[in-house]
Amino acid sequence: MDKTREITLTVNGESVTARVPVRMNLVDFLRNELELTGSHVGCEHGVCGACTLLMDGRTTRACLTLAVQADGAEVVTVEGLAASGRSAALARAFTERNALQCGFCTPGMLASAVTWVEGGGSAERDAIRAHISGNYCRCTGYQSIVDAIADVAGSKAEDAA
Amino acid sequence: MTVAKPLPHDAAALHVTGQARYVDDIPLPADTVHLAFGLSQIARGRITGMDLSAVRAAPGVIAVMTADDLPFANDVSPSIHDEPLLADGTIHHAGQPVFLVIAESHLAARAAARLGVVACDEETPILTVEEALAADSRFEGGPVIWAKGDVEAALASAPERLSGTLRLGGQEHFYLEGQAALALPQEGGDMHVVSSTQHPTEIQHKVAEALGLPMHAVRVECRRMGGGFGGKESQGNALAVACAVAARATGRPAKMRYDRDDDFIVTGKRHDFRIDYRAGFDREGRVHALDFTQLCRCGWAQDLSLAVADRAMLHSDNAYRIGALRVASHRLKTNTQSATAFRGFGGPQGMAGVEAVMDRIARHLGMDGVALRRRNFYEAARARGPSAPSGESRGAPPSPEDVSGRKKQGEADLTSRGATKISSGTGAAQRFGGAHSPPPPGGANVTHYGMEVTDFELHAMTDRLLETSDYAARRTAIADWNAGSPVLKRGLAYAPVKFGISFTLTHLNQAGALVHVYQDGSIHLNHGGTEMGQGLFQKVAQVTAERFGLPVESVKITATDTAKVPNTSATAASSGSDLNGMAAQNAADQIRDRMAACLAPLYQAEPAAVRFEDGEVVVGEERMPFAEAARICYMNRVSLSAAGYYRTPEITWDRLRGQGRPFYYFAYGCAVTEVVIDTLTGENRILRADILHDCGRSLNPALDRGQIEGGYVQGAGWLTTEELVWDAKGRLRTHAPSTYKIPACSDRPQVFEVALWDGENRSETVYRSKAVGEPPFMLGISAWLALADACAACGPHDPMLNAPATAEEVLAAVGRARG
Ligand code: FES
Ligand code: FES
Repeated sequence: MDKTREITLTVNGESVTARVPVRMNLVDFLRNELELTGSHVGCEHGVCGACTLLMDGRTTRACLTLAVQADGAEVVTVEGLAASGRSAALARAFTERNALQCGFCTPGMLASAVTWVEGGGSAERDAIRAHISGNYCRCTGYQSIVDAIADVAGSKAEDAA
Repeated sequence: MTVAKPLPHDAAALHVTGQARYVDDIPLPADTVHLAFGLSQIARGRITGMDLSAVRAAPGVIAVMTADDLPFANDVSPSIHDEPLLADGTIHHAGQPVFLVIAESHLAARAAARLGVVACDEETPILTVEEALAADSRFEGGPVIWAKGDVEAALASAPERLSGTLRLGGQEHFYLEGQAALALPQEGGDMHVVSSTQHPTEIQHKVAEALGLPMHAVRVECRRMGGGFGGKESQGNALAVACAVAARATGRPAKMRYDRDDDFIVTGKRHDFRIDYRAGFDREGRVHALDFTQLCRCGWAQDLSLAVADRAMLHSDNAYRIGALRVASHRLKTNTQSATAFRGFGGPQGMAGVEAVMDRIARHLGMDGVALRRRNFYEAARARGPSAPSGESRGAPPSPEDVSGRKKQGEADLTSRGATKISSGTGAAQRFGGAHSPPPPGGANVTHYGMEVTDFELHAMTDRLLETSDYAARRTAIADWNAGSPVLKRGLAYAPVKFGISFTLTHLNQAGALVHVYQDGSIHLNHGGTEMGQGLFQKVAQVTAERFGLPVESVKITATDTAKVPNTSATAASSGSDLNGMAAQNAADQIRDRMAACLAPLYQAEPAAVRFEDGEVVVGEERMPFAEAARICYMNRVSLSAAGYYRTPEITWDRLRGQGRPFYYFAYGCAVTEVVIDTLTGENRILRADILHDCGRSLNPALDRGQIEGGYVQGAGWLTTEELVWDAKGRLRTHAPSTYKIPACSDRPQVFEVALWDGENRSETVYRSKAVGEPPFMLGISAWLALADACAACGPHDPMLNAPATAEEVLAAVGRARG
């Protein structure tokens, strides 16, 4: 059987301690052990971006990260982004702009968008496009997603001004 | 008005918080088993022995099943029972499921599945359409041929002629959520299946067959899919059936989801085509004759291929009234994945064929592509109004492809598009067009299958698009720019879309809905359509709410469920809103009429004068909240539940003769795309796309816009970056997103202008809207044509660009243009 190891990490603001197989992916740990199924698996090898979440503030592919690598880390999933209100403006903009269809890419897309907006990213569309080019969406054609992120980045810049 | 409002997707709030549940997110009973298939490593051969001892001994494995362990039907085909769940001795393609592992976890099942040893007598696989032609390996006896006019005579007399060959690649659906299913055993041997499927009724049918049960013992549910695009019309059958038989065998719930690589390797894709063409035309650009030979690679099983190949034939005219047009379609059987439904369902291939020819003729004549196309358009529709009836005037006989009489009862899945079975025969008659070439029908504005085009919108739409996209000025500017740019070349192209709406298997054009009004005035809605992101649920809820004069929040949208609405067709052929919207309207109207009949006499009013508006019911002088009206009706013992039903009128289709009115109406669109290529590397970019699309009177402009944008990008992806590569042994080498490239955000056009045509459907559809799921996909053809235009700027010859126009293909085309 797989070797296991005990890990302690913060997930969406709560401390979690668990014994996990050393080969278990972070996304499987979150989905299967913690029932946080908002992080989706699309390709399980780091290309599609559906599993993107925040680990220590940085966008991270949870399918390429082992649960044991998250030991001591602070992990925030789409559920945490929503509960804390961090993604509220983006969630509103995604809804208004119809920036989702099947919604499978949405949690990962939001995680990437949050880092853009919180990092002071501009409303400049080319820059937004480059920033989310690691998140696939098969449904929307991306136009509405870029619009939604630009809306939020733009109004944030206005607030700051 | 609730209808026509740009409301967001019904589940948006769930998606942005991570609460929306897909199959893989459903909390599982603790004893759930997990499944994985052991796959064939070779493409063709006979199984001579299997050693599965290592699989059985692997950690976490509960059981391993082979074809011999299946108690009833070993079949997951939507058509002619040629698709065993587990290989029954013969291997038909690399990646075919051979055995089924049942284990305690998903990973344990997958790891164990790799340990099987399958000994085979390997045979030389048939992989290409050329190999299949040579081996006469096909579905249906010979080519199917439909024609209008005397093509040979028209070709012979045409002042100019061209011929050539075009290759169009396939396409992987890459729905972001992979295939998944869950089976939950019930008391008395019944089975409850939750599946990511566009066709719950077919899953129900196949599971019932596999368990030896009547359909009433199987219930299938689907709340949503993480994308479908046609890839979940029949390709979910295998997982659902595997779960059901494993659940039956173990007495435990069973779940299966494909890992992405398995999803690529096992499931079918868009059909790739080789199209040979001959064209005859005059120097003014009037096309006199077109002759297409479509070689359609169907893969190993029939699946939905006949209907796909039919639709490719039906769209070989696209927007053009050609005097003499013949299409010969070869449905070739190969040792590759069984090609299946994919948005457009053959339409895109047929359309890309004629558009490539139009471009080539334009270049040959030195004419602008738009001018040439307009010269050949169908005539514009006359003044607005309901569409003129057509097909029946030519007396097409009733459809002969009804399979009910041909199959043993309980065998055919009548709700499948793959059920199309005709005996086209094998005789020489077909080869020369005999049996399939009836005399051309009269009438000028008639397609090659005898349908009069009465709603043609593209003249006015093209005028508008050329103006808003500034086509003429940009065409000149690009020519100037190219003249001064030796390495980078720009290209610009216009492409029209005319897409036929209805299932070509006529009996599938029916739908049901179930509406309950509760005594507090809240409403429960269910219908046969499935939600894959397209926004169908919201549109049908809008229609339902509108009938009662309520906001859409009053309507609870519920999962598609075979126990609520039976005998449904797949959510496919863009038909979801047309069919289910009408069925829901019918159900709502039944309840509304009953309520009016109850309330009117209580307030000395006529039932016909009772109005449902702004959340209230108006009865004579009295106004009351809808909830109050519902309560009164309940107290007066009025049934507040209704099953609605709809079937599309006026359609009639004789597949054997290729004659009739297969479509209730056409949806139109046009696009202008500008690209730039690097002639040293073949690399390319879409710079700008302008789209004008016809959604009739849109039920929801926000959702429709999403379909248009997403469709265009997916269509452009098919024709540019998405390349499927099989090796000489028939193994798919591009089986993950690391090697198979769908459009990323940085690939979409920098400038993307999308507008909705402000018309209404001339046919009597739900609120005069038009279907929008598939038609915009073909707007992506303009991107491919623009690449050809850029290549053509490199030299005097035609670039003869194939698809996908990867950097490699663009480079080759630049070379061909230079000569
Ligand atoms: S699932 Fe992690 S990147 Fe695709
Ligand atoms: S909304 Fe379906 S993948 Fe993005």
